[in-house]
Amino acid sequence: MDTSVSASSPALRPVSEVQHRRTSGREPDAEHPAAPDKMRVEDLNFYYGKTRALKHITLSIPPNQVTAFIGPSGCGKSTLLRTLNRMNDVIPGTRVEGRVELDGEDIYAPRTDVVSLRRRAGMVFQKSNPFPRSIFDNVAYGLRINNLTNSKTELAQRVESSLRAAAIWDEVKDRLKESAYGLSGGQQQRLCIARALAVEPEVVLMDEPCSALDPIATQKIEELIVELKAKYTIVIVTHNMQQAARVSDLTAFFWLGEMIEFNTTEKMFTKPDKQMTEDYITGRFG
Amino acid sequence: MHKRLIERNLDQIRDKLLVMGGAAEKAIMLSMRALEERDSSLAERVIREDDAIDGMELELDQMCVDVLVLKQPAASDLRFVVSVARTAPMVERIADHTVNIAKHVLALNNEPQFEAGLDLARMFSTVQEMLIDGLDAFTSGDPEKARVTIERDDEVDSLYDAFYSELITTMGRDASLVERGVQWLFVIKHLERIADYVTNICEQIVYMARGQVIKHSVW
Repeated sequence: MDTSVSASSPALRPVSEVQHRRTSGREPDAEHPAAPDKMRVEDLNFYYGKTRALKHITLSIPPNQVTAFIGPSGCGKSTLLRTLNRMNDVIPGTRVEGRVELDGEDIYAPRTDVVSLRRRAGMVFQKSNPFPRSIFDNVAYGLRINNLTNSKTELAQRVESSLRAAAIWDEVKDRLKESAYGLSGGQQQRLCIARALAVEPEVVLMDEPCSALDPIATQKIEELIVELKAKYTIVIVTHNMQQAARVSDLTAFFWLGEMIEFNTTEKMFTKPDKQMTEDYITGRFG
Repeated sequence: MHKRLIERNLDQIRDKLLVMGGAAEKAIMLSMRALEERDSSLAERVIREDDAIDGMELELDQMCVDVLVLKQPAASDLRFVVSVARTAPMVERIADHTVNIAKHVLALNNEPQFEAGLDLARMFSTVQEMLIDGLDAFTSGDPEKARVTIERDDEVDSLYDAFYSELITTMGRDASLVERGVQWLFVIKHLERIADYVTNICEQIVYMARGQVIKHSVW
């Protein structure tokens, strides 16, 4: 790991400050500082073998906000998302340079417990991937293997609260013992969100969570994302720019492994600072 | 060359706004001639042709709503559509003011010539030039031209103040001129309001081009 980069990189500090002003209605100052970043990426380079997929990425992810990554296929947005909970570790031949912090601690430090990290930064994937088990057991899975509950009653409570948080409880409460495969695509995705929430993560990473869903199911997930940010920090990768505009507070645009612009979502979609962003979101690319 | 799907809609909206703006320009020119030449038929034509301008405003409104819903524009495209949606009602209001001028001209033309000694043609032409320049700035997305046009509003305000004082003095001297003097006061007030609308359109151009809101602020 190359950790030579100073932690005081100012690259995206203004975004945090703009965001602070947006949410608190005032400029950050000594008495009311901007909330500390939930996650921070500093001068991150990522390699698949000899191919560098991410180039000098530096950005701050504020707590209890939705941060969206947008960009064309192959731009590195999903790769970056997976570096945030070290999901790329399982891919042979990959290499990381730079620093990724969760609450100020480097998640790539040798002492990091990766299982614990992935519990703190859970992930929801593009295609819903329920286990071939009952609805209840899907949500209970993480709680059981991590010994996070002390009794069957507590387990049932945690499963219920997770399903409620994922806005699917009313649809499944009478069929908890049935196979998760019997649910619709949208329900399966919300079940996966419930499964991710069950272990009480701090950050939820979502990799195109609606790309396989119909508009109604997409709308439910989007409403859920906006509700969840009260409790969690959310990072979402999406191909759908309107989705980024609808659900996110901050948006980062990537192109060929570089982060071109990171700004408040309003700014990105009304008056981006960079011409390249403008060209991408107005469809002038290519 | 790659042509975006939205481009056709934006071109149609731009063209329609220019046609509408051209109609408003023509209405100003006709109302000026109606007054200068004491030609009531020209004033009646201004009143009659206003319906077409109202119709264009409604069409533009629908076109903007359609493109917002169907093409979901962002960034400069979004600013353009929003700016047209805000500008079209201003052009419609400009046309309404020219209709009001035409109505005052009809009343004046039924009275003996009123020799107020005011260079009203200058005020008319200044306002008309402002509108032409404003629409040019809109077409070319030129905020600098918009800025220069905004500055001309002071010129119109000065003319208004001078003409207003002159008319009050004239009416004070000769009570028989009050009825016609009041008609003239209305005419110059409508011209002054048209210049204000052109100013608002130019402020919108700055937003469209730069994303910068200069409304209610010093340039």
